[in-house]
Formats: sequence, C-alpha cells, structure tokens
Amino acid sequence: MTTAISVSGLVKSFGRTRALDGLDLSVRTGEVHGFLGPNGSGKSTTIRVLLGLLRADAGEVTLLGGDPWRDATELHRRLAYVPGDVSLWPNLSGGEVIDLLGRLRGGLDRRRRDELLDRFDLDPRKKGRTYSKGNRQKVALVAALASDVDLLVLDEPTSGLDPLMESVFQRCVAEERDRGRTVLLSSHILAEVETLCDRVSIIRAGRAVETGTLADLRHLTRTSITADLSGPPDGIGELPGVHDLKAEGNRVRFDVDTSDLDRALRALTAAGVKSLTSQPPTLEELFLRHYQESGR
Amino acid sequence: MTGTGALIRLALRRDRVLLPLWVLLLGFLPVGTVSTYEGLYPDAASRTTLNASSGDNPSIAVIYGKAFDLTTPGGFTAWRYGVFLALFLGLVAAFTVTRHTRAEEDSGRLELLGSAVVGRYAALTAAVAVAAGTSAVVGAVQAVTLIGAGLPAAGSLTFGAGMAGAGLAFTAVAAVTAQLTEYSRSANGLAGGVLGVAFLLRAVGDSSPGASWLSWLSPLSWTQLARPFAGERPWVLFIPLVAAVVVGTGGYLLLPRRDLGAGLLPMRPGPPTAPPSLRGPLGLAWRLQRGALIGWTVAMAVIGAVFGSIADGIGGLVGDSEQVRGIFERMGGAQGIVDTYLALIGSVFGMVVAVYAVLVALRLRTEETGGRAEPVLAAGVGRTAWMGAHLVFALLGSALLLTVAGLGAGLAHGLRAGDLGTQLGHAVGGAIAQLPAVWVVAGVAALLFGLLPTLSAAGSWAVVGVVVGIGLFGPALNAGQAVLDVSPFTHVPKVPGPAVSAAPLVWLTAIGVFTAAAGLAAFRRRDVG
Repeated sequence: MTTAISVSGLVKSFGRTRALDGLDLSVRTGEVHGFLGPNGSGKSTTIRVLLGLLRADAGEVTLLGGDPWRDATELHRRLAYVPGDVSLWPNLSGGEVIDLLGRLRGGLDRRRRDELLDRFDLDPRKKGRTYSKGNRQKVALVAALASDVDLLVLDEPTSGLDPLMESVFQRCVAEERDRGRTVLLSSHILAEVETLCDRVSIIRAGRAVETGTLADLRHLTRTSITADLSGPPDGIGELPGVHDLKAEGNRVRFDVDTSDLDRALRALTAAGVKSLTSQPPTLEELFLRHYQESGR
Repeated sequence: MTGTGALIRLALRRDRVLLPLWVLLLGFLPVGTVSTYEGLYPDAASRTTLNASSGDNPSIAVIYGKAFDLTTPGGFTAWRYGVFLALFLGLVAAFTVTRHTRAEEDSGRLELLGSAVVGRYAALTAAVAVAAGTSAVVGAVQAVTLIGAGLPAAGSLTFGAGMAGAGLAFTAVAAVTAQLTEYSRSANGLAGGVLGVAFLLRAVGDSSPGASWLSWLSPLSWTQLARPFAGERPWVLFIPLVAAVVVGTGGYLLLPRRDLGAGLLPMRPGPPTAPPSLRGPLGLAWRLQRGALIGWTVAMAVIGAVFGSIADGIGGLVGDSEQVRGIFERMGGAQGIVDTYLALIGSVFGMVVAVYAVLVALRLRTEETGGRAEPVLAAGVGRTAWMGAHLVFALLGSALLLTVAGLGAGLAHGLRAGDLGTQLGHAVGGAIAQLPAVWVVAGVAALLFGLLPTLSAAGSWAVVGVVVGIGLFGPALNAGQAVLDVSPFTHVPKVPGPAVSAAPLVWLTAIGVFTAAAGLAAFRRRDVG
C-alpha cells in the first residue's frame, strides 16, 4: 500500500509560538483519513505546510511523492483543497468561482459540477458577497469535488453546513473514496470522523498523540449516560467499561465505553428506568480526560 | 444615536496613529512656507515680479489656483497650498468616514456592534464627528501656527477656517457615498470621483476668465475665494458650512432607506458559469483589476484634456514680458514655455498614475489577507504567476494610463493650437517619459509586499506621500537637491525639451524592474497568509 502523505518530525513556529512541534502523519493512498484535534491544535497549519503555503522549519514532508514546497505547482494540479474559512471574491458569482478554480486545476467535469450544484442546492448566480458562510463553503466543496484529482484536502469542510447538507457531504466523500481518491479530512467533530474515516490521527498542541483505525481508538468513543431510576443504582459503578459514575439518590451520571454499553444498559433496566439521555462525549471532554497529563 | 460616544472613542483608538500624523503633516505645512518665502523673495521688487509673473498665469492657476496677492507671505501660502491642502484634507476626511461606516459593514464588524446597544445613526454620527473633528483640528493648527509666525490674524483664521470647511464638505460627501454602494472600495472611489470633479471644475474655472464661476462650485476653491491675506471675505466661509449640512443631511436621509450591509444601488445576480476569459492567473487578475483600470483610464483622459486645453494660452500670455519669459525658462530650462508646461503636467500625470500603480500592487496584499490568495495558490497556480499577473497591471496599466493622459492633453492642445502633429507627440512623450519613475514606485511596493508584507500598505503609501510631497511642495519649500533627488520623478528629463537624456530613463527602468523582480523572488520564499 502506497503513502499519499507522509510527514515526520514537522516543526513550524510563528515568532515565539511553536504551532507544530514534531508532528508525524501518514495517509495511505485511497483512504479517508481523519485529522482530529481541538481548535488551535495545528490542523490548519499542517495543511498549509502540505499545500506549500508555509515553509516547514524542520522535518520531512512528502505529498503524492513530491516536496510540497518545491513542487507546489505540479502537486496542486493533482489535489483539491477546501479551506476552513472560505472567502470569495465579492464581485464574482459562485458559478464563476467554481469554474475558475476548476480551470486552474486543469479542467473540471461539467456534468458532475451541475449534479453537485443540484445536490448541494446551491444557486450559482449569486455574487460572492451575498452568500452565507455555509453557502461559501458549498462553493468551495463543489469546486473541489467536481475536479478530477487524486487527493482531496478538506479543512473542517462542514463548518456552517446544516445537518441535511452535512449528510449530502458525507455521501459525496464516500463516493470519492469508492472512486479511489485519497481524502484528508480535518475536523474537531468526533462523530463526523467516526462516520467517514478509515483511519484517524489525533493532534494536540502541534503533535500527533494517537494514530490508528477507529477500532484502535474505540476507547475514545465513550457515551455519556444520565438516567433517573426507580431504585438505587447498585453495582453499576463496578461494571467493566463504566467510568466517572456520579450518583445522587436514584439519579446517575456516568460514561461508558461503547463496547460495554449493552451490559451497562441491562444493569440500568434491571433497576427500572424512568428517564434516560445518552450523548456522545465532545472531543473537548475526551481530550480533557485523556491528555490532561500531557499538559499545555 | 445611542452609543455614539463609545463609537467615537473606538474610532479614535483605531486611528490613534494615523489621525495625529495627518494633523501634524497638514497642520504644519503652511507655516513652513513663510520663512522660505521670505528667503526666496526678500524685497518688494522680487515680490512684485513674482506677483506679475505667476499671479495671472493660467497655466500655473490650473494647478495651484488663482493668486490674489503674492506680495505677502500669507498671500503666497494661501495660493500655493489652498487647493492641495484642501484636496488632501478632503481625502483624509472622506476615507475616515468610509473606514468607520461602510468598511465596518463590509467586514461584518458593524453587525456585531449593531447587535449591542447602538442606535441606527450612531456609526455614521461617530464617523462624521471624527472626520469633522480632524478637519477642525487641522484648520486650527494651521491658523495658530500662521499667527505664531507673525502673519495677520484675520488672514490666518480665514485660511484655517477655509481648510476646515473643505474637510467638512468632503466629510458630508463621504457620508452620502457610504450609503450608496455595498463596498468600501466603491464608496471611496465615488468620494474620490467627487474630489476629482471638484478639482477639474476649479482647474477650468481658475484658468479660464470666461468660466471663473465654475470655481465657485468646487469646495477646493472656497478657501482661496475667501481671499485670506488679500482682503478677506469671511462670508464665503459659510458656503462649506451650508453645503456640508445640506449634503450630510442627505446621508442621514438615505441611511434608513437601506438594510445594514446593503447599498442603495441594487445588486444584480451574476452569470451561473464563468466566461471563457476567466481562466488562469492573468484572467483572474484582469477580472479583479479591470473595473479600476477602466475608471482610471476615463479619469486620466479627462484630466489630460483639461490640462492640455489650457496649454495654448500660456505662450501668448507670458510673451509680453521679457522678464517673465526669463523666469519661466529658468524654471524649466526648456526652449518653449508651452513645452515647459507640457513637461510639468507630464510629471503631474506621473504622480497621479503612481497612486494607481500602488493601489494595484496593494491588491496583492488584500487578496492575501482576505484569504483569497490561498485557494488560487493551492490550485496549481505558481506564486510567480499569481503575483506577476497583478504586477502586469501595475506596470502596463500605468503605461496605458500615461499614454491616455498624454493623448488627452495632446489632442486638446493640438486641436486648439492647430498643430496636432507636433503637439500630440510632445504631450504623449512628456507623459510616457514618466513611466520609468512610476515603475520605481510600483517596484518598491512589490518589494515591500514580498519582503515585509505586514508593512506593505503603510510603506507603499509613505513612498507615495514622500514622492508626491517632494514633487508638489519640495521646490516651494526650497528643499535641497539631495532631498529632491530622493524622488524618482526628479530624475525624469524634461520632455519635450532640447536635451533629453535617455540615461536616467534607462536606470530608472532598471531600478523599477529590479525591485519588482526582487519582490517576486522574496514572495516565493516566504509564508503565505
């Protein structure tokens, strides 16, 4: 299996701030790779180094077999990029921007472009200034997805999209993977990465702290449960996979590993459930729990 | 109006460097002339000669305005600076209003403020207060320093009040233009257009005896029409006040008729697909720069024609007096007085076009900071190609503008003089000769963008300020040759003229090309964003 992106020991400083501090990242050809981290962890800086917009201070970076700084122009014809915060030219219409970016990359598939406009429900006649944040994001997404490229670099692409459009986006990314394209998807939303990605790298304070398949990272995907019970919650705290139990009378709150969810729920129903809420933990909570000791 | 006070404080805080700088620069410039004048024209005889030579000369009046009495330092100062200080103060006032109204809406920041407890008219009122206040302070500094230099109080106060009035008038103009369009760029463009028309009105009015009423329509003339140091007519000072109230009220009436962020001029939908021309970095740069280029081309053609149409009268007027002829020929060192005039307006065209070149070069920076360079550079466009595409407009666009200005001047002058063949060549040559100097300014702007991007805007405008300042005021302030030599325009040979040396043109071009290339090279090596 070949590697589309390979980064090792990447360092990038802005003045005194060390944005990237020895980052490692490896993306295999043909996979959807999640690039996960809280805001300000260095995701966008990494991507901008990969695009040759920033020059690395130290470390090895290889992208599609080339050096992103030296071979920028040739490499860019083989990739499409969606920035996290899309700015458009105020006096160009969305359709014009899509066509322009496509032509710069060496042409785009007109049928696919029109199909994507339809699926994303985007009016290409509006001027850049009049688009909302979500619609600006759609312009960049359509331009990227309609291009015939090997690699898609998506920096928090769903910020500003409504849930309906998010699911359109997820279907599109799945299709891209089926066509054999490689996707680097940066995100701070765990659920999005869970649905889409084959492998995930987690970055914090400019370093990769974990890399692996979702199964490898299963310990990260806990569920938070809050329940009102008929009787006292005896014995739930001792179950395997249950963490941070708090009980107030008949009310309990705890986190449970996804693999042990079934057992925990049985214990709850045995005690008699009056009300139940469950929610996936936010990434911030996970980070707080897992990486607190590694410090800021 | 709620929140106006807080917004005024916010605006003053944001402009805490810029506004004091303008107050210093524009406030103290007039008093600097007084001692220079006394040194240059020490006795009554030399002053009378100056008054006779420059006082009624239409070719000088077209640029500086009508002279009423050049035998006193005050009269000289009012004549020499009346128009240009009003012009600069007008620009400062208009840009200040736009920056704190339309530009804030444009960026979405005003929406944030607007959701706080801030009245509908607060932002406009705050911006108007800051701009009008700046104008008043500049006028007060001018009046106080002139009195301090020993000039009559009545004249000094009239001069200062006149300047403040000009600032006030353009504050009101900008209060209207900020309501009309959606973008701060076009709001500034409209206000600048009004300034340009005001300058042209008075250029024609001041230089053509039959049309002197035109000067009364121009806010830039009102200071001189109040005749400071030459039999003051204080009632003229009410004109800017009345005009500002009337025009400013217009802005306040327009404001509630539109939504936040929208303009009164409607927004049309664009094409669903890109035209074939929109491809590649040059196609994009053309699309982004073409509006400005077309506007500037029209403006330069008009300015050229106005300046050119006056050229023919000059020879006859000056011809009567040997003495005056001598002064004129010393001024330019060229044979014909008309030729000297053509060379002089050529350098004015050059400095105006240098402003265009810097605007084009700085577009690179706004594209970069606006996040619009990134998607292009990540889509297979090399850095040299992207930056080069914009520089093409800085370099070749300025060539086009100079040619058009020269053609306008040559056609207008040649047709009036009945000698189109020779005069067209002379005027176009005089304008084109400025191109290498414009390229030097553009090259420095490109170098700053490549090397010191965060300073590129301030640095480039400082260069323009120094160059234009030396060109307009350097000789009058009796600045030494070493100072004059700083400006590339000083080195441009007088075209048309008897001894045109190509050497300075060659090395100015070399400097321009070299600095632009160095800017490109530096941009290739630095981080983007």
